[in-house]
Amino acid sequence: MSKRHVAVVGAGMAAARFAERYAALGGAARVTLYGAEPRAPYNRVLLADVLTGRYDAEAIALPLGDAELRPGTEVVGLDLGARLLTLADGSTEAYDDLVLATGANPVLPPIRGLRRVEGAGQAQGLRDGVHALRTLADCARLAEEAVDAKRAVVVGGGVLGVSTARALAALGPQVEIVHQGPHLIERQLDAEAATALRGALRSLGVEVYLGNRARALTEAGEVELANGYRLPTDLVVLACGVRPRTGLAHAAGLAVGRGVLVDDTLAASAPHVYAIGDCAEHAGVVHGLAGPGWEQADVLAARLSGADPDARYHGSRPLARLSAGPIEYAAFGEVHLDPAGPDGDDVDELRLTDATRGSYKKLVMRGDRLVGAILLGDLATVGDLARALERDDAHKDSPLHLLTTTHGAF
Amino acid sequence: MTPTTLTGATTATTATTATTARTVTTATHCPYCSLQCGMRLVPVAGGPVPVEVSGREDFPVNRGALCGKGQNAAALLAPGARLTTPLVRDVRRDGTRGELRAASWTEALDRAAGGLAAVRDAYGADAVGVFGGGGLTNEKAYQLGKFARIALRTATIDYNGRFCMSSAAAAGKLAFGVDRGLPFPLADIPKTDCLILVGANPAETMPPALRYFREMRENGGTLIVVDPRRTRTAEQADLHLQPLPGTDLALALGLLHLLVADGMVDADFVAERTSGFEQARAAAMAHWPERVERITGVPVARLREAAHHFGRARTGMVLTARGPEQQSKGTDTVGAWINLCLASGKAGRLHSGYGCLTGQGNGQGGREHGQKADQLPGYRSIEDPAARTHVAAVWGVEPDALPRSGRSAYELLDSLGADGPEGVHALLLMGSNPVVSAPRAGRVVERLRSLELLVVSDLVLSETAQLADVVLPSTQWAEETGTMTNLEGRVLLRRRATQAPEGVRSDLWVLGELAQRLGATGRGGEGGFDTDPETVFAELCRASAGGQADYAGISYERIAAEDGVFWPCPAKDHPGTPRLFLDGFATPDGRARFAPVSHRPAAEEPDAEYPLYLTTGRVLAQYQSGAQTRRVAELNAAAPGPFVELHPRLAARLGVAEGDPLAVVSRRGRVVAPARITDTIRPDTVFMPFHWAGTGRANTLTNPALDPTSKMPEFKVCAVRVEPLPSGPASGRLSEPVSGPASERLSEPVSEPVGESK
Repeated sequence: MSKRHVAVVGAGMAAARFAERYAALGGAARVTLYGAEPRAPYNRVLLADVLTGRYDAEAIALPLGDAELRPGTEVVGLDLGARLLTLADGSTEAYDDLVLATGANPVLPPIRGLRRVEGAGQAQGLRDGVHALRTLADCARLAEEAVDAKRAVVVGGGVLGVSTARALAALGPQVEIVHQGPHLIERQLDAEAATALRGALRSLGVEVYLGNRARALTEAGEVELANGYRLPTDLVVLACGVRPRTGLAHAAGLAVGRGVLVDDTLAASAPHVYAIGDCAEHAGVVHGLAGPGWEQADVLAARLSGADPDARYHGSRPLARLSAGPIEYAAFGEVHLDPAGPDGDDVDELRLTDATRGSYKKLVMRGDRLVGAILLGDLATVGDLARALERDDAHKDSPLHLLTTTHGAF
Repeated sequence: MTPTTLTGATTATTATTATTARTVTTATHCPYCSLQCGMRLVPVAGGPVPVEVSGREDFPVNRGALCGKGQNAAALLAPGARLTTPLVRDVRRDGTRGELRAASWTEALDRAAGGLAAVRDAYGADAVGVFGGGGLTNEKAYQLGKFARIALRTATIDYNGRFCMSSAAAAGKLAFGVDRGLPFPLADIPKTDCLILVGANPAETMPPALRYFREMRENGGTLIVVDPRRTRTAEQADLHLQPLPGTDLALALGLLHLLVADGMVDADFVAERTSGFEQARAAAMAHWPERVERITGVPVARLREAAHHFGRARTGMVLTARGPEQQSKGTDTVGAWINLCLASGKAGRLHSGYGCLTGQGNGQGGREHGQKADQLPGYRSIEDPAARTHVAAVWGVEPDALPRSGRSAYELLDSLGADGPEGVHALLLMGSNPVVSAPRAGRVVERLRSLELLVVSDLVLSETAQLADVVLPSTQWAEETGTMTNLEGRVLLRRRATQAPEGVRSDLWVLGELAQRLGATGRGGEGGFDTDPETVFAELCRASAGGQADYAGISYERIAAEDGVFWPCPAKDHPGTPRLFLDGFATPDGRARFAPVSHRPAAEEPDAEYPLYLTTGRVLAQYQSGAQTRRVAELNAAAPGPFVELHPRLAARLGVAEGDPLAVVSRRGRVVAPARITDTIRPDTVFMPFHWAGTGRANTLTNPALDPTSKMPEFKVCAVRVEPLPSGPASGRLSEPVSGPASERLSEPVSEPVGESK
């Protein structure tokens, strides 16, 4: 085989993006995607709406360029010196460049009775009626059970928890969210936005329990909270975040922190090895979002294809964005800076609340710079806001225009 | 305009030209855009211009309406406004170039032919280039292509249509198997339920067409306009999407995503009449609404609104113009919009489909008959052996004598005077003004100056003609007969209505004279080149027979009798084809093909040094490079010079007031023009019209990054910075540092030879 071989471990979103861009940029090497799932890469961002039936499972497939896909092929070992990878069936394959895009696994919270006693069965060894929502297989199982379910509990009130609860509610069951934090999506939203969001969820029939930890799953299938309260339910969905899949990298001797450590060239700690997407840790940050993963894939594809060998990844300024029926928000940057707090010297806030129309908007400024923003309910200015944050322009005058706009004008 | 007293003037028999009788009118068409509005010319004795213009109510495209450009079209017929004698430039004793001076036709033609031959002998045939225009009649375009191939035997020919609709042409051909601007007559537009206009501003570029969009809305249809600027057209829309420049590819992918997500794909149509949907759908899945919002700046709610209007409409059309097309990804962008039509079953059906609003008067016909580097007449590929055999037989030469594909327009201009085998050292240019209209125009001027010989045929002393060694004054519009093919694919007849001034000759005559001097021996008139338009048209029809743009059944007689004939029209008894694709697409299997496209950024995105987008475009009163319209007093009064459109907040940040002089700087040059402050533009974008030369020449700034398929330059997006200048007279002709030579600054009518020192 004379052609260079780029082996991509993983066939998720970052892997697919890399393959598509690599081909589009005219990369000459043979690219192989080794995916543990038995299907072609698909858009995970859309899973909640696969659950509601808005998308068919086949419809959310992603383009791959001209890469070869090896579905259902798990990579179980790496020999970085010999540049070989070992597959689950014991065979080995040589590579010239290795791209780790192994993604992340759902975090399983410390809840008693979560796992199947006998161990075997589902991927995560979860007991019947307990679900994660990370793969199309998860989605299919959950959808099947949700049809007959009267009640459902979602553990975790982050982005995934909220969007899953919304999707489940659309399928019929009475849905409850159990959330440990003081308010929903506390990493991205402030208390006021979260309260408005909670109200919107309530209007969909979703109840939210804040400041509550799920402690156990009882024999009777109830979710027992730390305060002793029990929620009877037909199914449980775990939405407690994800953890980078780094086992393979770790075992191969690569430097691993929370994720596989990479520099601005997305190179890991061994020659010819790179990592992108949810499994990568760059400058101390593991993103766990599609947008940054794709930005990394774009940079790596530009480098390895030769289109721009000097391309560098300088981090992402991700935008948290949910748009699910009546629930719509966007959040950027530092939304928790408090003008009255210890670091609040030059911090300024601008808020607009419209209770009638159910919108809440906030800008956080540090000096004349926009550093964070929340839009909830009315997102007419979301495009400008994202640009403003990206461009980091100085705002000499009031940036009120970033919160309000007349129809079609800026 | 006084109405004519003669009725029935448009029939073939009564419409023949008479330049002496006052009562005889000539039915013809406008010299400007691709609508080719029907016009009636009445001779005027002793006036400043020889004819009076009025609109033809009986012509279906404009139904009597004319815009200001058309109404004032006769102004350029006045002798003072245009060239009336050939000009040549001598070489001084010290080797520098002298000034243009009047010359006889014999001297000018000898000089031109001798120079072309000398370069051919010294460097080889491909070192002689030909550059045509989308304003030339079909006969001229055809003859120019033939002249290049059999008189000069050069592969080096292309034309300014490459800068116009080549991306739409490429995408249309890929999707449907054939490229015709509109696959339906304009009159179908009012009958569609939802129309998306992408990067098109007909309110300023082709006002008489606006009524079709208005009527569509009056009939209950929905008009959606996609444009980074709230143009006069956008103001009439039911929904205006205002994306960042260069992101409409992502926008189209996002809309396709929503068609899939919200169950608006016409699965039966996709299954029966298309191929490649799965790949296109996968690309759309990679562009989910929130991601597209981030790329384009258009909120998800508005994307959804647009997708639902279009997806749920029973019939729908998408029309693109230069906005999506003049990008380094123009072919893909148009492909993405075509995908939207295909997925929702809005193509190949009555009152539905994709179309391109072609720009230049004969933008359509000009690209069908051999001016393009890779084409022979009839929209045939020059690399196709059967096509070569057919055309060679019509021309009376051996197929092997025909050259192969040449370079695209910008590549051609960029290679002028270059060292090595790529170098082009003599150029014959007809009906084009690249000094104003080409991207990175400063470099194009430099390249033109490095030529050993530049021959320009034009009706006015354009900025490009001012650089020429030989200038040949040509007849225009009302002084000559010829066919044009408008944006609908309707072949029209322009008729001679008045005598050209003494000293002016037709391009067909010029090509015949040059061919003879070059010893060409093809079939046809002297040297293989006829000079009578009707004879040339008949030859063109034979050459096009069996090709995609098949004119074989068309004749001057039929055009006059039928208000134009739509191609393909393969036989005399064939009715022509107003609507394409109703029975099947022009691909080998009859299926339309989805384009496998993905969004990518512009070739040059803003950064710290050049933080703003520049986009370029047109204004109502000017046309293309302005060579014609800037010489018409009424039009110039309405739009006297270039300007920089910017948002009030950007203006405030720069400390700029209305009318203040601004420098706009890109990696390719610097221009100066006054500020025009308006909230119709995005605050991160500035706009400049490109009709002017000199200090305010927008194309000094533009990026010649080419689309890999169509070779279209990226006129619509580049990165600039804007610098306020100390206040002064804020006009387009400031005495600021210029990127071009002094002679380019002329934008007044010029009737005297213009000197130039070097």
